[in-house]
Amino acid sequence: MNQIPALVRVFSYLSILTVGGGMAAFPEMKILTVDVHQWLDFKQLIHLYSVGQMAPGPNMMMIVSIGQWAGGTLGAIAVFIAFFGPTAILAFVVAKGWRKLEKWPWRTSIQRGLAPVSIGLLLAGCFSMAKGAITGLETGAMAVAVLLILLQYKINPALLVLASAVVGLFTFMPK
Amino acid sequence: MSEMAARPGMQPTAGATVAPAEVSTFQIFLEFLIIGATSFGGVVPYLRESLVTKCHWVDDKEFVEMLSISQSLPGLNATNMAVLVGEKLRGWMGSVAGVLGMCLPGGLLMFAVGIFYRHHGDHVWVTAALKGVAAAAVGLILSTVVSLSKKSLSSKFDFVFIALTVIAVNRLHLGVPKTLVAVGILAILFHYPRKKEEQKASATP
Repeated sequence: MNQIPALVRVFSYLSILTVGGGMAAFPEMKILTVDVHQWLDFKQLIHLYSVGQMAPGPNMMMIVSIGQWAGGTLGAIAVFIAFFGPTAILAFVVAKGWRKLEKWPWRTSIQRGLAPVSIGLLLAGCFSMAKGAITGLETGAMAVAVLLILLQYKINPALLVLASAVVGLFTFMPK
Repeated sequence: MSEMAARPGMQPTAGATVAPAEVSTFQIFLEFLIIGATSFGGVVPYLRESLVTKCHWVDDKEFVEMLSISQSLPGLNATNMAVLVGEKLRGWMGSVAGVLGMCLPGGLLMFAVGIFYRHHGDHVWVTAALKGVAAAAVGLILSTVVSLSKKSLSSKFDFVFIALTVIAVNRLHLGVPKTLVAVGILAILFHYPRKKEEQKASATP
């Protein structure tokens, strides 16, 4: 069955939800890709997202993997265009106008108002992901450890995620 | 997420003169390709290092300005920045070159990772390692939430909007779009433009 039109529809919709970061779209992404279209299961979505944090570049490139699974190479390309196209065009159009609005008092209001909402969306995405990722004491402790280390030290997060893979290997391997 | 720690080249770039002669579309593509291939653990510090310090395509003030626009708009910081910088240098061709360069390395990598994971994802040691990776990712997002809160909130009351947003999405299952519009409008109205003194304070984002 040809999944390309559905992929384009879903990912162009998710695209405009990424206010403040890719994670803002995570709750909807879970519903649409896992529950509605069943391109992958929840655990796989979490795994792909997490592995994607180790890749260079924008931290949502894991969408390409979903596209590839559901629609092959063409699916991957379609998802890429659908996910980055709409917001790129929006940024392109708005950028010029936004600069001219420097004196407009509501500009600051919009930026200040959107800040807490985008942080809230990020947090909401984090919680919905934690439902699948934090399954016990060990995973909870690891998440807290990563949080504290990142707040305390200037360490590259990608390295920490990599280190967690090693910790996971030793902790969660069936004996 | 790209705000994260480990920032190489966060040192102030004083006196960075902006004199981009003619920057070709290919140069833009190449520079963003390098950023896209090397920016492990968050794009923003690498962007600054490359665009401000190395290439002098934008100055520090412009960089911060563009970053705040990128943050307020939907879309990832990384690609929004590529659009804005590309547009400044070479119009829409520059934007396309920037986004493609930025995304190509990570995209190809995740393409390959996706195929590998599909075939070997059930392997016991892959599952074990990924369990650790997923837990770490949760911690990583939380740390982004904390650092963004420290940096971009302008009022204590903002935590109410954060809470409202989380409740609307996770408890009421209102969906992201409705939540964004509803809480967004509330929050923008709360930060309505006040008189002169406030204006001055807001000049520094």
